[in-house]
Amino acid sequence: MSGADTALLDVRGVSRSFWTGGLLSRRRIDAVKDVSFTLTDARPEIFTIIGESGSGKSTLARMILNGMTPTGGSIAFGGEDLTTIRKTRDRMRFMSRVQPIFQNPFESFNPLSKVDRYLTMTARNFTDARSQAETDAASDRALRKVGLSLAEVKDRFPHELSGGQLQRIAIARALIPGPRLIVADEPVSMVDASLRVAIVNLFKDLRDELKVSIIYITHDLATAYYISDRIIIMQKGEVVESGDARAVLDNPQHPYSILLKNSVLSPDVPDDDEPQTIERDRAARSY
Amino acid sequence: MTLHQLNNHLNSVPETAPTSPALRVDGLKAYYQTRWFGITREVRAVDDITLRIEHDEIYGIAGESSSGKSSLIKTIAGAIRPPLNVVSGSVNFDFGTRKVDLYSLKPEERTAIRWKHLAYIMQGSMSVLNPLRRVRQSFVDFAFRHMGLPMPAFLRAVEEHLLKLHLQPGVLDSYPHELSGGMRQRVVIALATVCRPGFIIADEPTTALDVVVQKSVLTMIREVQREMRASILFVTHDMAVHANLTDRLGIMYAGRLVEEGRTRDLFRNPRHPYTIHLIRSLPRIGDAEPRKGLEGTPPNLADPPPGCRFHPRCPIAMDVCRVVVPPMQSLGGGHRVACHAVTGGTVQ
Amino acid sequence: MLKIFRDLLRFNLEFAIGTLIVSIIVGLSVLSFFSPYPPEDIYVVAPDVPPSWEYWLGTTSRGQDVFWQMTAALRNTLLFGIAVAAISRVISLTIGLVSGYMGGMTDRVLMSINDTFIIIPLFPILVLFYFVMRDSMSWALLALIMAALGWAYDARLIRSVAMSLRTREFTSQCIFSGMSPRQIMTREHLPYVLPIVFSTTLNNMNWSIGMEVTLSVLGFTDINTPTIGSMLYWANQHTALVAGVWWWIALPVIAVMMLFIGLYLLATALNEYIDPRSRLSRMGGAA
Repeated sequence: MSGADTALLDVRGVSRSFWTGGLLSRRRIDAVKDVSFTLTDARPEIFTIIGESGSGKSTLARMILNGMTPTGGSIAFGGEDLTTIRKTRDRMRFMSRVQPIFQNPFESFNPLSKVDRYLTMTARNFTDARSQAETDAASDRALRKVGLSLAEVKDRFPHELSGGQLQRIAIARALIPGPRLIVADEPVSMVDASLRVAIVNLFKDLRDELKVSIIYITHDLATAYYISDRIIIMQKGEVVESGDARAVLDNPQHPYSILLKNSVLSPDVPDDDEPQTIERDRAARSY
Repeated sequence: MTLHQLNNHLNSVPETAPTSPALRVDGLKAYYQTRWFGITREVRAVDDITLRIEHDEIYGIAGESSSGKSSLIKTIAGAIRPPLNVVSGSVNFDFGTRKVDLYSLKPEERTAIRWKHLAYIMQGSMSVLNPLRRVRQSFVDFAFRHMGLPMPAFLRAVEEHLLKLHLQPGVLDSYPHELSGGMRQRVVIALATVCRPGFIIADEPTTALDVVVQKSVLTMIREVQREMRASILFVTHDMAVHANLTDRLGIMYAGRLVEEGRTRDLFRNPRHPYTIHLIRSLPRIGDAEPRKGLEGTPPNLADPPPGCRFHPRCPIAMDVCRVVVPPMQSLGGGHRVACHAVTGGTVQ
Repeated sequence: MLKIFRDLLRFNLEFAIGTLIVSIIVGLSVLSFFSPYPPEDIYVVAPDVPPSWEYWLGTTSRGQDVFWQMTAALRNTLLFGIAVAAISRVISLTIGLVSGYMGGMTDRVLMSINDTFIIIPLFPILVLFYFVMRDSMSWALLALIMAALGWAYDARLIRSVAMSLRTREFTSQCIFSGMSPRQIMTREHLPYVLPIVFSTTLNNMNWSIGMEVTLSVLGFTDINTPTIGSMLYWANQHTALVAGVWWWIALPVIAVMMLFIGLYLLATALNEYIDPRSRLSRMGGAA
């Protein structure tokens, strides 16, 4: 294990550009421009990347998961540059320490496969479990961490479970190898409102009890405020503001952060004699 | 059919109130009934819903993915196709000039009504606009026949309409892909409202949009409504949108309406345990107080639990909840709730 | 599986008729094992006898009983079709899945080979093979050549499905469960393309049988093995129609047409069963 002062994840000046268009009208699009941040192993945290569509946050996530190579800068995990992780054995070692959680729970499980298969395969490939009994035990242990049990999940197909349950199973699967970092890309945006808080709370528990660092990628400022320790706000591939989550969101400095915060609809209703927010905006524009 | 005739009969009796509500839904049941290779399945997506939407108001419906809210608005819009069938109940519109019992009409007449008096705004705005033609052409395709104006006058009317909605008439010359997501959705709203429909149904119109754009689209919807004095049925799962936009709000759970009232009353004093959870669990900026999640998962509508459909997840469920379906009961001030714990239901 | 078969029989008329026809053909070819005469032998019965109680379908000018000759011919033709379909399915599945999943250079190389096979003019190639091989051209060799030429279209079809599967979230979930590319292709992606494989099998059989009949009639195959094609070849050689031995030509033609129709009906029925859009429209029609 790395020492207390080494970085768990070191993202240094990372850029990624794409080329689009035909032969004559080639255009360069910078999806991510010069992004840097560091997560330390000693202090697990929920690090939130906030951005709207097209901000480059998902591209950044793919690069951290080593599914895409940066065109500029470097990403190192546990002191090891990700571009050197290419051989199957190295990649397996990397995946045992960094795991993803995807956006759409109904998409992230093969509808034709039973869900417990993913748990079993993860246990077999990343832990010492070999026999059916051992992989079952490992799956059950992971599922209990997210408030489920193997009995509820075994032999079920994805369509027999709710989005909330599936997302918990996805989290349980990601926990089996004992990862140090979980990268969650919009993990609750497709989950029903009544189940969302439970999942978000789960991330807090993972950080506090299992000491896992979490990169939480979202466009939702309210849940970001609720669970994150630090945040960065991205706009068009660039980080426009970063720092302690509460401090940044309570008192944003960059014009874009301010705009973003002001655009969030508060779930509070105004007093009876006051018009609604939308009504006030309308009045402000009309007169 | 007999039920429709009964409704027709009731409709012929003059209303006691001076004006009838813009929309009256009574005991509406719409089920998905599938028979495929000999297996019959019934999913009770809309189960006994009664509600009123007044003229000149925005009525919100909140619910989760399996709540039946999309089936309900499809049924209200008359846009149902098998396997979704109306089993019983009625949908009555009052468009001011014309009163319509939607399900006593022939399918062709229903389609005509939909074009003329109803506007439907959906989530995916790209699919409405023809991607290969300029926006102007989409306006001509959709609205020209219904406006009954000669072409120059029609185009002038469209431009005036856009100006009223703070859109530059220049957008008419753009192709859909040249517009941003938010601008496209605003153009679609303009398109849906150019015939000045009396009733607008909006189905998650801002869900796919970024927050910054969302607000401007909502503002526009409010403006359209104020300007045309139309009624809007606004459906979204996002409670914050309801808090900021709707006048009245209905909460759906598993195919039924569980609570309804003025949005402000509902947010300040929710009564149904499900509504209480929905509202109290909303995270907000500036408040990191821990919130509790709700146990369990929404029921399967093909096999819903007996009694109150929320009882398996309800923190205050009683014996009666497992047996008796709680009726919608009024609490005064237009606030209605279907919960035994609030209205004191007992086991017979 | 059995239940699906039963339901299809009960509710899909095309499937029922197709099954009936194909079972009759299969029944006939099974009968060939009980033939009183070896099928290759000639002048075992009186030649040119019209259909009668003794020889149900008459006899040929070469002194063969048409009925028993036809059972053997149907068996060989059917086996030929099955062999070609089976071998070419294996090739198209492998190429399609690998090409779609791996992408990049692998995809480009495989697809350029694939496209070469698509544009090769089949018939001249087959004739050329016959002239080169002459006497060593056997039934099995022809099947192998046809299989090697008949996989390309379906491989492209399978590749397109595999390509879209690769971008689905569940494929990433598989990768991070530590599954190898082979496991992902065979366990997760194969079930998605199997329906395509089933329905193209029947079409491919039809295609190869048609090709075999054409080649045989023209004498470009091993004409001593009884197949529907070689039966027609000999009938033509003996100018059966001019000589008034119509049953020698009519009956094999009817048999092979029945086989075509049967396989075609089965393919359409399965296609419809597999295609979710037609499932929906049927549900609509029934309700």
